[in-house]
Amino acid sequence: MVETTEAPSASEYIKHHLTHLASGEQHSLLDFSVIRWDTMAFSIACGLIVILLLRAAAKNATSGVPGRFQAAVEMLVELVEEQSSSIVHGNRTFIAPLALTVFCWVVVMNAIDLFPVDLFPRIAHMLGVEHLRPLPTADLNATLGMSVGVLILVLYYNFKIKGIGGFMHELVAAPFGTSKNPFFAVLLAIPNFLLNIIEFISKTVSLGMRLFGNMYAGELIFFLIALLGGAWAGFNTGSILAFIGHIVAGSVWAIFHILIVLLQAFIFMMLTLVYIGQAHEGH
Amino acid sequence: MNLNATLFAQTIVFIILALVTMKLIWPNLITAIEERRKKIADGLAAAEKGKSSLQDAEVRIRQLEVEARAKAQEILAQADKRFAAVVDESRTAAKAESDRLIAAAKAEIDSEIQRAKDALRDQVAALAVAGAEKILRREVNAQAHADLLGQLRQELR
Repeated sequence: MVETTEAPSASEYIKHHLTHLASGEQHSLLDFSVIRWDTMAFSIACGLIVILLLRAAAKNATSGVPGRFQAAVEMLVELVEEQSSSIVHGNRTFIAPLALTVFCWVVVMNAIDLFPVDLFPRIAHMLGVEHLRPLPTADLNATLGMSVGVLILVLYYNFKIKGIGGFMHELVAAPFGTSKNPFFAVLLAIPNFLLNIIEFISKTVSLGMRLFGNMYAGELIFFLIALLGGAWAGFNTGSILAFIGHIVAGSVWAIFHILIVLLQAFIFMMLTLVYIGQAHEGH
Repeated sequence: MNLNATLFAQTIVFIILALVTMKLIWPNLITAIEERRKKIADGLAAAEKGKSSLQDAEVRIRQLEVEARAKAQEILAQADKRFAAVVDESRTAAKAESDRLIAAAKAEIDSEIQRAKDALRDQVAALAVAGAEKILRREVNAQAHADLLGQLRQELR
């Protein structure tokens, strides 16, 4: 729905919606000189919303009769506390709040997907911004950024719990074990080490990719549904059918997407806890 | 799906958000939750305690009731006994008093009879003497027979 004299084709429409507001054109797969302003702005805004809401609940928290908002936040906190205490065995003063942050932040970011797909780009267009993607979790940079954060924490806790020596030993001794014989020890250390490195990488990539993939696919389906309504060309059978199709498919997908929004956030939180919990336990 | 510096920025934002949550949000909420849990637990314990103390009180009340009933019974029995004793006592006392009164009356009557008898006897003696005097006046010297008359009066007495 770009304001041009002639309506854009379907592929143009989708391509337009998949273009980020970035600091520059990206030519290669990896280009760290580019930063995407839309992803950053929306994710930070979501983070601030989460922090401010939770802070509002925390500041007025009383052990007496809770208000409705406090009770709702407490339910969330208790859910996270329960999960984290059953998964991570050790000091959880940082891990439990981390899980709460992950869950709330991802929920709010995912929930942007439930806004009409043209709402934010349209507003941006009026303000003179040509391209905007409001959904941060449909940007691999955002999800992979968070999973790299998790990787850093996993490594940190590995070093903290097992010590440098212990962690190094585990890298070369697990999962195939080691041998007293120096020759076999080295022979076993190579696959052990490789497997551990692959494990860390695959954990990180899968964590980020899972969320990205779900949200990206969901967003794309919203674009396709939007195209149905966008096919309006006056009162004729085709347009009316497309219009009805848009309403039905849009409603159904949005309702289903509520589940995906919460489920993906929950999965992200649980996997974060699981990976950090593994760092607390030796093989 | 191109990777760029957004990734690092996002990582930093992620960690900052987690730190803020840890410092400003989590402790307040978890403290409130724990305190409320404790309050609820205390309240439940207090309710339990209240219930058991109520039961104790009920048992004690029943005990007191039984005791009071027994005591009342005892008091009643004592009163009955005392009543019977008082009635007995007063009956005895009354009987003694009436006996005494009867005896006194009898004695009085006896003494009255005696007095009447004495008086009668005196009068009879006097009459007899008078009669005897009247008869003897003509033939007997009063002086000569005074001793005799006195003796007679004595005898009649």
